[in-house]
Amino acid sequence: MIRIEGINKSFDGVDILKGISTTFETGKCNLIIGRSGAGKTVLLKILVGLLKPSSGTVFYDKTDFLNLSKKELRQLRMQMGMLFQGSALFDSMKVEENIRFPLDMFSNMTRKEKNHRVNECLERVSLTGENLKYPSEVSGGMQKRVGIARAIVFKPKYLFCDEPNSGLDPKTSIVIDELIDSITEEYNITTVVNTHDMNSVMQIGDNINLLADGTLVWKGTKEEVLESENEMLQSFVFASPFLQRLKARAERAHP
Amino acid sequence: MYWKETVRQMHDIGIGSLLIVALISLFIGAVTALQFAYQLDGTLVPRYYIGYIVRDITIIEMAPTITALVLAGKVGSNMASEIGGMRQKEHLDAMDIMGVNTPGYIVMPKILGALVAIPLLVIIGAMISILGGYLASVPTGLISNEDYLRGLRSFFVPFNVTLMLIKAFVFSFLLTSVSCYQGFYVEGGSIELGKASTDAVVISDIMILIADYVIALIFTV
Repeated sequence: MIRIEGINKSFDGVDILKGISTTFETGKCNLIIGRSGAGKTVLLKILVGLLKPSSGTVFYDKTDFLNLSKKELRQLRMQMGMLFQGSALFDSMKVEENIRFPLDMFSNMTRKEKNHRVNECLERVSLTGENLKYPSEVSGGMQKRVGIARAIVFKPKYLFCDEPNSGLDPKTSIVIDELIDSITEEYNITTVVNTHDMNSVMQIGDNINLLADGTLVWKGTKEEVLESENEMLQSFVFASPFLQRLKARAERAHP
Repeated sequence: MYWKETVRQMHDIGIGSLLIVALISLFIGAVTALQFAYQLDGTLVPRYYIGYIVRDITIIEMAPTITALVLAGKVGSNMASEIGGMRQKEHLDAMDIMGVNTPGYIVMPKILGALVAIPLLVIIGAMISILGGYLASVPTGLISNEDYLRGLRSFFVPFNVTLMLIKAFVFSFLLTSVSCYQGFYVEGGSIELGKASTDAVVISDIMILIADYVIALIFTV
């Protein structure tokens, strides 16, 4: 579980996050949603320690994340995995080398054990046999899956995904969402997903946090999304003209 | 220490720059010999001074300084672009989250690799430059083989070689650290990356020239 309290962040005097407090629960897909510029990425970067908040606290279970020594931070980071928006795969390394990279850096495993673990992860993301390809030789969706395989290679307790569906077609997005959801359940990890994709919200949103202008304006589950009368949530959910037409039609049919 | 990465950097910087350094050194030596021969025309200065001047200009100034300026353009801009690209593609963030000491893994091998490879390139460059002077002056009949070799052996001060190596080490450190810094802290998009790459070269060149003056002041005045 990750708990944040009173997170504020400003850049050059401009407030980006204003007093965000919420909890990301273990074994669930916790979503941070909102329009572009709402502060989602900044919040995610604060969660993983790439940015320091101006004020507030971040607790990983009972550990005060912002006051760790370098050694403690490194140990905690070995329990984290992150899937980046652009996958962030190292271009000069093959798929298997990308996935093995954290093991090469920090584990005492033998070469054989590392390769075994890499193959396990590749199998988990349905990329068996793609070991020797370079990132540029696989599709965007496959790159995301390699990114997920690298993120789980150390069997993390916390998984972070920044816009996992950006640049993917709807079908591939569903595959990635299902993968994130099943890995969360299988490893019983705390997953935090930053997205503005409504399909993801309705598919994997166990615990949803809506940000607007740096403020947390709504919290709930995917089941509660359609029931809520929160205006900001509704305007976000039904932002697409297609969904607006569907909603209008549904209201006409069931006034 | 990331030895594998350091050795890869040594290879990339050393072998990767050998051809351009050799080519530039060859012509600088040749031009130095030709122009000094031109200036000696009608004077009482012995012709064997051509070899002596080519040797000392090469060792004291041309080999370390020109090599470093050329490498600032080739290696420095490459380092700034590579690291800057990694910053923009979130590779450095990915490493940070994995717990990798990013400057230690990305920057340190480049600096150590350069500290080994560039002084070696400077030594090779100096030898090729002296060869260039020979090729430009002996086969063309400007000076005899014996005179050129006599010039090379005359008034030799061993400390000048030490001075060349001091310059090579200082310039290597300057050009790699400036370039890595420019790449590491790049922000924005492709325009900023291009600017960081250009700044890496310009700032490295200025720093090298200032350092060249300071070293000359300290060791030769």
